[in-house]
Amino acid sequence: MTDQLIRLLGPGQVLTQKEDLIPYSFDGTPVFRQMPAAVVFPRSAAEVVAVLGVARQHKAPVVARGSGTGLSGGSIPVPGSIVLCLVRMDRLIELDARNFTLRAQAGVLTQAIYDAADAAGLFYPPDPGSMKISTIGGNVAENSGGLRGLKYGVTRDYVMGLEVVLAGGEICRFGNKCVKDVSGYNLKDVFVGSEGTLGIVTEVLLKLLPRPAARQTLLASYSRMDAAAETVSAIIAARIVPCTMEFLDSKTIRCVDAYAHVGLPLDAEALLLVEVDGHPAAVADDAAQVARICGENGATSVRLAADAAEAARLATARRSAFSALARMKPTTILEDATVPRSELARMIRFIQETGARHSLEIATFGHFGDGNLHPTFLTNERDQAEMHRVELAMREIFAFALELGGTITGEHGVGLAKKAFLKGQMGEASYNLLRKLKATLDPDNLLNPGKIFDT
Amino acid sequence: MSADRNLLKDLDYSVLQQCMHCGLCLPTCPTYLETRVERHSPRGRISLMRAVADGELEITRTFADEMAYCLGCLACTTACPAGVDYGTLFESARAEAERSGVSASPARSLVRLVSLRFLLFRPWALRLAGRLLWLYRACGLQALLRGSGFFSLLPRRIGELERQAIPIRRRFSDVLIAAVERPPGEARHRVVLLTGCIQDIAFSDVNRATADVLLANGCEVTTPRAQSCCGSLHVHNGDLETAASLARRQLDAIDPGRFDAIISNSAGCGSHLKRYHHLLAGDPVYVERAAAWSHKTRDIFEWLVEIGFRKPAAPAPVGEPSPVTYHEACHLCHGQKITSQPREVLRSLPGFELRECPESAMCCGSAGVYSLTQPKTATWLRDRKVANIRSTGANVVATANPGCQLQIQQGFRAAGGDARGQPRIVHPVVLLAEAYRAEARR
Repeated sequence: MTDQLIRLLGPGQVLTQKEDLIPYSFDGTPVFRQMPAAVVFPRSAAEVVAVLGVARQHKAPVVARGSGTGLSGGSIPVPGSIVLCLVRMDRLIELDARNFTLRAQAGVLTQAIYDAADAAGLFYPPDPGSMKISTIGGNVAENSGGLRGLKYGVTRDYVMGLEVVLAGGEICRFGNKCVKDVSGYNLKDVFVGSEGTLGIVTEVLLKLLPRPAARQTLLASYSRMDAAAETVSAIIAARIVPCTMEFLDSKTIRCVDAYAHVGLPLDAEALLLVEVDGHPAAVADDAAQVARICGENGATSVRLAADAAEAARLATARRSAFSALARMKPTTILEDATVPRSELARMIRFIQETGARHSLEIATFGHFGDGNLHPTFLTNERDQAEMHRVELAMREIFAFALELGGTITGEHGVGLAKKAFLKGQMGEASYNLLRKLKATLDPDNLLNPGKIFDT
Repeated sequence: MSADRNLLKDLDYSVLQQCMHCGLCLPTCPTYLETRVERHSPRGRISLMRAVADGELEITRTFADEMAYCLGCLACTTACPAGVDYGTLFESARAEAERSGVSASPARSLVRLVSLRFLLFRPWALRLAGRLLWLYRACGLQALLRGSGFFSLLPRRIGELERQAIPIRRRFSDVLIAAVERPPGEARHRVVLLTGCIQDIAFSDVNRATADVLLANGCEVTTPRAQSCCGSLHVHNGDLETAASLARRQLDAIDPGRFDAIISNSAGCGSHLKRYHHLLAGDPVYVERAAAWSHKTRDIFEWLVEIGFRKPAAPAPVGEPSPVTYHEACHLCHGQKITSQPREVLRSLPGFELRECPESAMCCGSAGVYSLTQPKTATWLRDRKVANIRSTGANVVATANPGCQLQIQQGFRAAGGDARGQPRIVHPVVLLAEAYRAEARR
């Protein structure tokens, strides 16, 4: 099989040595590890088709991968698999300023897409924490979110078209530059968030927006977590929709500042990072109102970012929260239970109680505006007893999130990490539909088998 | 150490566990950018080290090659939110790769013996070699051999080495700087000046300028004769043992307790000098003195800003400011996290305008002996650096490490063009010394 792959792609595009495979045996999650049989770097959709042909012949599973920053084990290799690493398909094909679209190969970095749009006075909003290195193909496969979900939505909301290679080797193209298009089923949305189980995304057509003319960032400190949650409700009640409303608890504040040195108030119990954007007049008005509402709801201090550079530093600092928390304990397990915004305060209280009940250390941060929380277990994978308690706590947190009408995963995907909880959320009939769809598109169970659900 | 143990297995496992493989180091790693292969990234290398520590991987030739391919630029440590101590991991891995002997060959062993254990171990030997190299050029033999095409007869690597060989100053630091120099007026601080190895023979003017700047800011400067190499090249090349003896020798010669600060003007040395406490952690005799040493070591710019250096007055009349750009030596910005202080010094210079260089904190490919051991990647980085510098339009490039200075010089030479159009590549402290001197002439 290796020889065939090398003949098709060339020797520099195929890795099989043990030292080469070990670094592809994990993703951004702490505990999942599995060695693949080979790693290949296709440079075109045609080469992806060729690799899938070899895989079908040898019945070798194929796991698509971008930069391997996923947080649910979605790109962890399957035993005997070929890892299809798309980072060398990194051509930004076209930026169409008249139609506000951008076409790119799957391996283009999210940051490069943001930068290209920005240079043209346009805006690509989805900004997952790993955007400096994550690929757009990975973002589409996981339907990644980010800090701007409240106002701008997630990756799905910006995908206008896709090129997908199916398990059988067919190249399909869905969507186009038309804002309105009701021809046939909306199949592109089947592939967005499919975690590489239904097809290989090789090219994306993205929607861009005009870049907001102004932005303002505020930082509000609180001595009580509840006060921060109440502030969020009050801002929404005032019919203000900030572009981000990020929340950090005291542990997260200290870790983030130890890394980023952005002068966060280290004595605060909770912190809200709010960004408003849009027309300069509206931004000034919104920012003033937000500052007032923060004060009325118990903020101990409200600071305005002096300029764009400081705002960018604060956002970057917040994006590093997950990794920065790794400073505390050997193992950092990040979850993304998500609830309707209105239930946030209850969810946070429950997480705190659960941590105390199981004597676990949990740091919490997340996207307050869209109800997407990141309770993070600070633990040690080598401590089996504690890891068992982590699992119990996780189950309780998911169950409670579902009780509140929430979801087991807001933006990280199911992968391996949430597999056990999916049925509980979806119910029998919808869950079975997932499997039927998979069986139709990938009858040989070639593509990323065992992810999302067992087949 | 028993046969089944090794430096990676003996490491505190939490240092390895600290990496939670988020991948945020990848976009800042030069070798990952060049190849897009995980093994050539910090996260990939740490996974290999962990596999060794876990007993899942032997130290192989591939492992050793991988560690040799890493520049040790430490850009990953700046990018890493989790605070992984990649420096320690990398040093242990390189030392373990050396210890295992998987890369050993007679020629390689000879080169290592001559360079690490002889030239860089005995100050007199290095100075003698420097003197001979200077003579070789001064007497015209170099021009003769180069003109005759002699080097084209030798293996290509030797020809390259000859071209890359460092320019040697006629006078070394000990001739230019007295053992103790006192500032005009009252001495507010007492410092010791480390003159380095390469800096000493190739850039002794930088050492003189450093002394001048310190004197101008009220420091009494002690410059011990015949200083030892600090050992940074040894650590970088997996020879921890020699590095430790050099550190001990340094501590014997200089008592940190007698000075307010130990000043280094070479980024690579400074970064290592601040880690003596770590290097000698297991040595009960020296551990305390090493801690005092690390605590007092300062990069020259760090020190200048700390003591509130005097901004040079503008000579009248001030013309159009000359654009200067700043290349950050890896071991200053990543190794020591010193980024604002050199810029503060550059901004204080009358007649200059600081223009930021794109990718200013990306390695130039010099990286100790990397330009000799990994010429392909080193050249790729060098040319990328030259292009970035050119885009600023600056005619002065300031950088605070002798290796970077040589590498960038060579890059501009290789890029060709009119020799008069080439920028001046200079240590920022030289510019500051010149500015103080210009004041005096006013």
